[in-house]
Amino acid sequence: MADVVLRNVRKTYPGGFEAIKGVDFAVGDGQFCVLVGPSGCGKSTLLRMVAGLETITAGEIDIGGRVVNQVEPADRDIAMVFQNYALYPHMSVYNNMAYGLRNRGMAKPEIDARVQEAARILELGSMLQRKPRQLSGGQRQRVAMGRAIVRQPKVFLFDEPLSNLDAKLRVAMRVEIRKLQRRLATTAIYVTHDQLEAMTLADILVVMNGGVVEQIGSPLDVYAKPATTFVASFIGAPPMNLIPMAGGQLQGLAGGAAAEAGILGVRPEDLVIGAAPAGAGGLSLALTVEAIERVGPETFVYGTRGGASETAEVAARPGELPTGEVIVRVPGQTAPAIGERITVAAPRASLHLFSADGRRRLAIPA
Amino acid sequence: MQKNAVFQSKFLPYLLVLPQLAVVLVFFYWPAVQAVIQSFLLQDAFGLSTVFVWFENYKELLADPDYFAAILRTFAFSFAIALASLSLALLLAAMADRPLRGSMFYRTLLIWPYAVAPPVVGVLWVFMLNPSLGVIAHGLRNLGVDWNPLLDGNQAATLIILAAAWKQISYNFLFFLAGLQAIPSSVIEAAAIDGARPMRRFWTIVFPLLSPTIFFLIVVNIVYAFFETFGIIDTITRGGPAKATETLVYKVYSDGLLGGNLGSSAAQSVILMGIVIALTAFQFRFVERKVNY
Repeated sequence: MADVVLRNVRKTYPGGFEAIKGVDFAVGDGQFCVLVGPSGCGKSTLLRMVAGLETITAGEIDIGGRVVNQVEPADRDIAMVFQNYALYPHMSVYNNMAYGLRNRGMAKPEIDARVQEAARILELGSMLQRKPRQLSGGQRQRVAMGRAIVRQPKVFLFDEPLSNLDAKLRVAMRVEIRKLQRRLATTAIYVTHDQLEAMTLADILVVMNGGVVEQIGSPLDVYAKPATTFVASFIGAPPMNLIPMAGGQLQGLAGGAAAEAGILGVRPEDLVIGAAPAGAGGLSLALTVEAIERVGPETFVYGTRGGASETAEVAARPGELPTGEVIVRVPGQTAPAIGERITVAAPRASLHLFSADGRRRLAIPA
Repeated sequence: MQKNAVFQSKFLPYLLVLPQLAVVLVFFYWPAVQAVIQSFLLQDAFGLSTVFVWFENYKELLADPDYFAAILRTFAFSFAIALASLSLALLLAAMADRPLRGSMFYRTLLIWPYAVAPPVVGVLWVFMLNPSLGVIAHGLRNLGVDWNPLLDGNQAATLIILAAAWKQISYNFLFFLAGLQAIPSSVIEAAAIDGARPMRRFWTIVFPLLSPTIFFLIVVNIVYAFFETFGIIDTITRGGPAKATETLVYKVYSDGLLGGNLGSSAAQSVILMGIVIALTAFQFRFVERKVNY
């Protein structure tokens, strides 16, 4: 058990491509940290640097109070679960799990005890003598987990471990991984591109984009107060509606200070159809319904803000908005018809405001 | 899905396979049948009369201690050539299977020897190791080694094995490199994290995963050592000194074409044919089915 600290970590490939542009964060002992971001954002590279599979160009990685930049993967006391599981195809399930222990010269009875215990936890008891090719995807995933837990490492590293599973199994394994990590109280770093996995698993969420960290925080904090428009649109499904605004349109919202242009954000679930035009400083939009998605417990309404004849009110000030699509999340299954004109509104407290480049979150005075 | 093609004409399918059949019949089956027939015949020294003698040629052959010596020698050569070329090729491939600067250059150089015809290989090695004009031979003598493969049978055998193994390294290297690159890097990384040092990783992960390639190459190398070393032997030693490098194939040639004993030569080639069939059957039945994981 240990904490993991990254200090200004950078990775530049020999070709000159800068994959990681200075990352700082700390994962406390026993915490579950999730690195989330779109493909190519550098999250897997960062994880592999923690594992020791990629060199560190600059900065420091510290595991359990020891700088590990120059330490071999084997000596970092970590275990990793790979996306393709990376099981040893020629070894039985038992030997797959025992391999790492044998390499460390552990005594046979101890190895056996640990493998049996892991097999019991992961319900692999009846499959110990099988080869990986005789297992289903979910079972292989569990063997990969078993190989990690028998080692009792300081840190678990997960590289998109669920992305090769079907949707139903993925949800089940997600819960299993979280329960297991809680029980073992082992520090974990988990890489995924799935924001739902990220939200449900993380103690600390690290949102990455283009080799930099966009935001670090607890999942609900990140959800409630996204720091940039990237985070706002990446975390949450369907994504937050982002509406570019001219400076004048924002005056009422941000007070006299905000004469500059900005981006207004509102989550689909914060918009209410047919509500009275928003009160003091709320948002009100006129939409034409374009599409309806009914998923059972809720319905997504896709509307477009119209052209010149449409009006929207921001902070009770009439003004034209640029055209664009807005998603509204409606509980239940009743929804307006396609083509219908609707008005949606959101209270001032649920609005988000960002700088025009999307890199900064701006305060909305009460 | 329908797998059978449907032809309008009854004759078209036969017409389409005819060229292939013609090639196989003319160049494979006909000579093979000729060899089998020939092996039952005995000619007098002047070729004036031919007698059908059933298995006389075989009986004589199998009673001949020279023939058994040649069999043992051939197996010893095959084993040595396969072992030397496989292990060296594996070493080179393991070295080349990593991101290296100039790896394309290195790989290309390693593959070149395969394009060299066996007799040329023989000539190359003669130039290096011929006792009177070889560069290396000269060096060896300066070191005090009494190097003379023209007289010393063991040295001649060593020379043949060296030359034959050298030529086969390229081929083995290609297959080993492809085999190594087919191993997912994440498996190797997992082993590294699991605490296996490079050597241990090689013997416990890489080597077992290469086993299908290794078994395939063993069979190919044995077949190579049996048959394709003819050109090398013919240019370097001509089977000598005192038959110390006469393999089964070379004996077929020297008994038949040089010695004029066509019947015995044919019987030997039939036996060789049997060996090839057995090796191929072994390859299909045993290797391709059993060696997987």
